[in-house]
Amino acid sequence: MTQPSHSELAGVVRDHAGRLAAALVHLTGDFATAEDLVQDAVEAALVHWPAEGIPDRPDAWLFTVARRRGLDHLKRQERYRRKLALMRWPAESAPDDRLRLLFTCCHPALPRTGQIALTLRAVCGLTTPQIARAFLVPESTVAQRITRAKRKVGEAGIPYRVPDPDDLGARLAEVLTVIYLLFNEGYLATGGDRSHDRDLADDAEFLAALLHRLMPTEPEVTGLLALIRLHQARASARFDGQGRIVRLPDQDRRLWDHAAIEAAGTLIARAAAHRRPGPYQLQAAIVACHAEAPRWDDTDWPQILVLYTMLLRLQPSPVTRLHRAIALRYAAGAGAALAELDQLDEALDGYHLYHATRAELLRALDRPQAARAADERALTLAVNPAEIDLLRHRLQWT
Amino acid sequence: MKYVLMFADTEQFTADLAAMGDAERERAYGRVMEWFAEHADKITHHVHLMPPESATTVRLDSGETLDGPYVEGKEVVSGFAEVDVADLDEALRMARSWPACPVVEIRPIASV
Repeated sequence: MTQPSHSELAGVVRDHAGRLAAALVHLTGDFATAEDLVQDAVEAALVHWPAEGIPDRPDAWLFTVARRRGLDHLKRQERYRRKLALMRWPAESAPDDRLRLLFTCCHPALPRTGQIALTLRAVCGLTTPQIARAFLVPESTVAQRITRAKRKVGEAGIPYRVPDPDDLGARLAEVLTVIYLLFNEGYLATGGDRSHDRDLADDAEFLAALLHRLMPTEPEVTGLLALIRLHQARASARFDGQGRIVRLPDQDRRLWDHAAIEAAGTLIARAAAHRRPGPYQLQAAIVACHAEAPRWDDTDWPQILVLYTMLLRLQPSPVTRLHRAIALRYAAGAGAALAELDQLDEALDGYHLYHATRAELLRALDRPQAARAADERALTLAVNPAEIDLLRHRLQWT
Repeated sequence: MKYVLMFADTEQFTADLAAMGDAERERAYGRVMEWFAEHADKITHHVHLMPPESATTVRLDSGETLDGPYVEGKEVVSGFAEVDVADLDEALRMARSWPACPVVEIRPIASV
């Protein structure tokens, strides 16, 4: 038997853990208990599967372990035991209940850190140590976040259901935020030495794809999925052999997954047909402009500028203005972009990309002294090692 | 599930209320009455409190009796409603439609 790779293992757990959790919540009516049982089963799988190989029916394997644990541990909870003892797998007439699970984990009454940890555990089947490693926080911190979040679900009466139509918009936005944060954490990690850690990004992609399958007519869900896939399609060109960031103009576009880029373009078009634009659809469209350009020089900057202007209207933020200013540079010149940046000085003074962008504009305007000063300021603020590397390199050679 | 909705006034809200003309204040109270009427089937009990200046606090640990509320803050609880609803989402919907003071805390009641 061949030993499964790390990503195979993660993929199989991801596909089945959430389904099992949803089925057990449905059965026991107790979110915390169900989640504990699945966690036990996943931990057991991570002990057995690497050595013994992934079983033919991983879902049945996980179910059997969860059920046995349940029967052992729920001695004092007779009604759960009885239900669990009668349960068969696969659960008959079990529709995909993971939507409810996702809405419960991302309930706005939970703190953001709790939403994230709970979603990763209950829906994606990550273990507490895996989450701790991904976020570079102590295991005890994650354990505490999970315990508190689960206790709150029970004590506060957070329902296990898809929200009513009145609430759905706001609640869906909450779920999308959690998925987007996970993706950012995995893909554009800002802390520690893990520029290459793609695990959480895969989990975010999985969640977005799941949500898209369960809510196919929500254009923002489709937009977020397209956005994530467009980033992932270009992931292999983002770093060189030494783990250094390769900036977009310098990336080898032959390394991009062009089939995936085309498929994401189809998703964007499908979302746009609903005529309900939103921030994720717009961001996906912006990334698509980059991804679809055969060369850097072919980038459609006027279109990108239009999309950023729309995005800024929907979601005003200094960081979006900064990004729009970068598009402005290529559409209207470095002088216009710098003038725009000068207005953001107060809001973004603590943000390394603000100063790094300023440095580039100043260099383009032939003001090398000021450019160096801006790069030095950026360097003191950057935390991602690959970004620090890039800035050091620039200070040394330009 | 049973919850208590705790209504809290802010300084701004109290000032705004004081600055209202009689007719305007009548309308504001009218909206609150409407809210209670609309949710009458879910509200099991409710009270409106006198202003915090009227409060007296007894500190048993130090044996003191003090003038004022136990916590001096910019947000002061001004009333309670005990509600019996299906879950937190229903309590949240009620709280969001509350037409008066700007802060509402939702706390589940411990089941005995």
